[in-house]
Formats: sequence, C-alpha cells, structure tokens
Amino acid sequence: MLEVQNLSMRFGGLLAVDEVSLDVQEHEIVSIIGPNGAGKTTVFNCMSGFYKPTGGKILFEGKEVQGKPDYKISRLGMVRTFQHVRLFSQMTVVENLLVAQHRHLNTNLISGLLKTPNYREREQKSLDRAAYWLDRVGLLDLANREAGNLAYGQQRRLEIARCMVTEPKLLMLDEPAAGLNPAETKELNQLIVSLKEDYNVSVVLIEHDMSLVMDISDRINVINQGRPLASGTPEEIRQNDDVIKAYLGEA
Amino acid sequence: MAANNFRHALFCAIITLIISYPIIGFNLEAQGIDVTLTGADASTIVMVLLAAVIVFLFQMFREQIMGGLKSLPHPLPQSSKEPMAENRRAKIESWVLTGIVVLALFWPFFVSRGAVDLATLVLIYIMLALGLNVVVGLAGLLDLGYVAFYAVGAYTFALLSQYVGISFWLALPIGALLAALFGLVLGFPVLRLRGDYLAIVTLGFGEIIRILLNNWTTLTGGPNGIGGIPDPTLFGMEFGRRVKEEGNTSFHETFGIAYSGEHKVIFLYLIALVLAVFTALVIRRFMRMPVGRAWEALREDEIAARSLGLSRTAVKLSAFTIGAFFAGFAGTVFASKQGFISPESFVFLESAIILAIVVLGGMGSQIGVVLAAIAVTILPELAREFSEYRMLIFGAAMVLMMVWRPQGLMPMRRIHIELKRQE
Ligand SMILES: Nc1ncnc2c1ncn2[C@@H]1O[C@H](COP(=O)(O)OP(=O)(O)OP(=O)(O)O)[C@@H](O)[C@H]1O
Ligand SMILES: [Mg+2]
Repeated sequence: MLEVQNLSMRFGGLLAVDEVSLDVQEHEIVSIIGPNGAGKTTVFNCMSGFYKPTGGKILFEGKEVQGKPDYKISRLGMVRTFQHVRLFSQMTVVENLLVAQHRHLNTNLISGLLKTPNYREREQKSLDRAAYWLDRVGLLDLANREAGNLAYGQQRRLEIARCMVTEPKLLMLDEPAAGLNPAETKELNQLIVSLKEDYNVSVVLIEHDMSLVMDISDRINVINQGRPLASGTPEEIRQNDDVIKAYLGEA
Repeated sequence: MAANNFRHALFCAIITLIISYPIIGFNLEAQGIDVTLTGADASTIVMVLLAAVIVFLFQMFREQIMGGLKSLPHPLPQSSKEPMAENRRAKIESWVLTGIVVLALFWPFFVSRGAVDLATLVLIYIMLALGLNVVVGLAGLLDLGYVAFYAVGAYTFALLSQYVGISFWLALPIGALLAALFGLVLGFPVLRLRGDYLAIVTLGFGEIIRILLNNWTTLTGGPNGIGGIPDPTLFGMEFGRRVKEEGNTSFHETFGIAYSGEHKVIFLYLIALVLAVFTALVIRRFMRMPVGRAWEALREDEIAARSLGLSRTAVKLSAFTIGAFFAGFAGTVFASKQGFISPESFVFLESAIILAIVVLGGMGSQIGVVLAAIAVTILPELAREFSEYRMLIFGAAMVLMMVWRPQGLMPMRRIHIELKRQE
C-alpha cells in the first residue's frame, strides 16, 4: 500500500536521506532501524508531508503523495506519532481524541449551534469512539484529566490512541518505546500487534529497542548515515554482516 | 556583572536623552508665516535630564526593583486558593452570570441617562473584546487591525441607511456578514504569516481601511463622516419625538406616555445587552464545538494538529471570520448609538484598547473580558482630569499586569466537554 522510491532529502550541504526505498504491504509491520542521526525521522517527515523531499517518490495506494501538505496526507489515512510526544497538553485526554476526530464531526456551524439531533448523534459517536480507544489503551479512568499531567508512558499511549481514532490505514510510530519501562514496553508490543491483527492497520515503526523490533516486525529496513544498508526479515537482518558492523562500529 | 549593568544603564540613559531632547527640548513657533525653532525653557531641560537619571537608576537597579515588585503581597490573595470542585464552580458561575444579566436588565431604569449611555459603550466593547478573544485568546493569532471589521460594520449600516434607507434590524445581520466576508478575504493571504509578521500585516490592513474611508470622500464623506444614522425601532415604533419614516408610529404615543429622550437610550442599551449576551453564548457554544477545539489545538501544537488532518488555513480563517462577524455586530450598534460616524472612531488606538481588554481579562476567559471591558471604559470616565495621562496609566497598568498576573485578571478556565461513564 505504501511505496517509497529513492527518497532523498537534503538540508543545505547535508544529505540526510540518500536514495532510501522501502515498501509496506497491507497487514504488515515494517521497521526502520539505524544508529542515531541516520535519518529515520527525516524519512518519516517526508512521508507525512512535513518536509518536501528533494528527490524520489512516495506512493500511497498507488497515488503520488510526495510534497502534498501534511494535513492532506493525514486525511488519506497515513497518520504518525512523534519522537517527542506532542499532545495538546492543556486539553483533557478525551478532548485530545475529539480534536483528532475533527473530520468525522465536521458538521456545519449552524447545526452545532442549534444542537440538532444529527449533530448530537455525531458528537455522541465520537465520544463513544474516544471512550473505546481510551479503554483499549487503559486510560479510560483518566479521560477527564489534563493530558499534560499524565505520566510519560500514558502520554505515549494517548498519542497512539489519538492516531487510531482517525481510523488510519497506515500508522507511523516514531520510537514509541523510548522512555518506557520493560512492563510498558511489553504492553506496547501487544498493542501494536493487535492494531495489525484486530484493526487491520499497517505499521511503520522506528525503534531502537531491538528486542521489540525483532519480535514484532515482518520486515526491517536498516539505514545508516542516510543510506539504505540492508533490508529483510528479522532473521536475515540479525545475520547481516553490514548491519552487525554498523552497530558494532557505533558501539 | 555590576560593570555590565552600569554600561547598559548608561546606554539606556543616553538613548533617553537622544530621543527626548530633540522632541521635547525644542519648540517650533509660528511667527506670521515663518516658523522658528526655539529652545525650551530651563525647567523642561531639567525634566529631560531628570528623566534620563531615572532611566539610568532604574536600569542600574533593575533586578532589585523587579524582585521587590514580585514579592509585594499578591493583589488577589484568593487566586492562590485551591480551586473548587469543577461542577460546583460551574453551577455557581452560571447563577452569578444569570444574576448579573437580570440586574443589568433592570438597572438602567434607576440611573441617569449618561450612565446608561456609558454602559451601552461598555457593552459594545464587551462584544468587540469577546470577538477578538476568539482570534487572539483562543486561536492565538495576534490581530492588531481588529478595528477594521468594526468599521466595516458601522459603515455598512451608515451607507446603507444613507443610500438605501435600510433599518437597524436589517443592517445588523448585513453588517456582521459583510464584516465576516472582509475577515475571510483579508484573512486568506495573511494567515500564512506567523506571530509578529501577522501582527504587523493586520495592523497595516486596519490602517488601510481607515485611510480608505478617509479618502473615498464621494462615498463615505471622508473625514466629515456620515450622519443621520437612524435609531433602532421596536416593531415599527420610533423613539424620536416625531416619526421620521412613513408607516412607523412613535413609541410614546402608542403607549400614551410623555415623550422622553431616555426611552431611546435605554432601548439601545437593552439591545446592546441582548446582543452582548448573545455573543457570549454563541462563543461559549463554539468553544465546546469541534471548531473551538480546533482553534485551541492549533494554538497549542500546530504540528500535532496538522498531523491529525487539521488544515491550518481553514482553522485560522474560521477564527478570523467569526471574530470579524462579531466586530461587525458591534459596529452596527455603535453607528446607531452615535447617529454619526467618521474614520476618527476607528483609529489604531481602538484596536489597542480592545486588545488590552482581552489581555487584561485573561486570554480566553469570558468573565475576565467583561470585567476588563468595564474597567477600561469606565475608569477613564471617572478620572476625567487624568484623561491626558490615560495612555500612560494604561501602559503602566499593562506592565504591572505582566509582572504580577501575566495570566490576566481571570485566567482562562477551559470550558471542556466531559466523558461521562455509562454504567
Ligand atoms: N530540519 C533539519 N534541518 C537540518 N538538518 C536536519 C533537519 N532535520 C534533521 N536534520 C539532520 O538530519 C540528520 C538525520 O536526522 P534524523 O532526525 O532523521 O535522525 P534519526 O535517525 O531520527 O536519529 P535519532 O535516532 O536520534 O532519532 C541529522 O544529522 C540531523 O541533524
Ligand atoms: Mg529520530
């Protein structure tokens, strides 16, 4: 469903991403790994429309999306999280999820002002959907808290829930396990697998936690200093000499 | 550290001298057709020097002075208390608000005509500030040209009444919609800009509208303005001594009471009150609707909002347009109240005052805005003799606010939607 072909991104003199290609099929979890500064987040930023790539193509469900504005790409069903959590921290948890359903609830102003039955019905639906996902990520009890007051792990889960209420086809997670304790990481592991299995969402995952990556990925792409280094199944990557060298060299 | 302070303070003092001496220290005097430059008298020069010394001392001991200001007892001690339980607070608040509105309904029958007139002005400012609050407080867009939309509303009514003979009630929605249209059209190109740039461009637009009104003399009468703007009518009843329009009756004759100029003033006040309450309620409702949440989301984290499919332009434009709509509303009422308008009434200072109300009131808070509107309009009236120093006091008040209570008199309490558990 997603195909990235020879993607390049140059910042002045720095070629942060150099001819990276990858593809994601339906019902698949694909990981991007690589040392710090390899250009993983930059690939995400190009895919989600935050940067206009300086070269290459990005095809989502057969249509070229590179250079499209971010909000349009998100509306197509490619939604991302951020390496550093970005919540609407002064809003409550449930309101964070309502903002994300803006499009589903986007009735005209008049029907909202008059609270027409149709408007109420839609509002109730989006509240229900929010409640469902809060329950799913274990935050239902905190629904009316200010999002900024949540613990870090809870904020991470809320960010994923916020993506899920938009009903995406492809979810892009940028280091979702960063800062989580082992128990939380295990929950995250199960959550991501369930997103794929139960909700039919494909996932692109950037992650440094190797056990998580190896455990849940269907395929892995390795990039190093902006260049593609290897790609394949977790088993192939584990035995790839270049990858071992790059990671050992870094350590 | 001290040496650094000294250099900085000296620099500031010299700048003060360089700026103020030529401006205050010299006078242009007209003698016949010639203009001569004369030095100011000794006392003025002493004052200028004194000012420089004060600036020097302030900058030198800035830390200590600001620290002292901060440690002064808090002007509103209860603000640091534990907040009440959420739903109890909301209940009390709505009771208090209802009480205030009921009081405001009966109040004008017991006070002087001047007081009612002033109160009408306060209500107009409340409408303006509530509208600007949407743009600045909720959507986080610094608009310094808000007065332009106020002018559009006022001039729409004035022109339509002059050329087409339209009534107040018809002009009210037309003026507001036209102002909203202006907001939409002006907003489209400028909302790509951020922060300071947006402020500067909106400032420019505000001035352009005023200058246009000033110079398009064939249409707007230029600086002479437009007079004879009709008063509102009540179901076809006029409030003047004699009926002006064919087919209308007069209020005092219909009810068989003696004519009094006060009827009209009170009627206008009541209209303004109803419109202000309407504005407050509509905006309150918006805050709980998807648009309202989108404004806040974009203000809090634009990148996250966009990543969720919110279009920056559409969301900002909606705030800008809705804000302009209410300014148009207020403009129509203003034109009717004055009976005469000219570009004088729509100078930048007005934008600044409305913005000051929003900032003083606490961005995003409605009760705060109402209190601040009352304070900003009424205090200068009470202290007429200080009117020359009005802007000075204003500026000082703003600086003190920023030190003491940067969140405003009544910081924003978010109106939020709760998730209720269905058991
Ligand atoms: N907006 C930008 N302007 C200039 N350089 C940038 C920009 N964004 C990223 N870079 C550079 O691109 C390179 C790749 O950064 P990127 O954030 O994509 O790495 P990463 O693989 O996500 O690393 P990490 O694992 O630390 O998150 C870095 O050298 C970074 O400094
Ligand atoms: Mg990164």
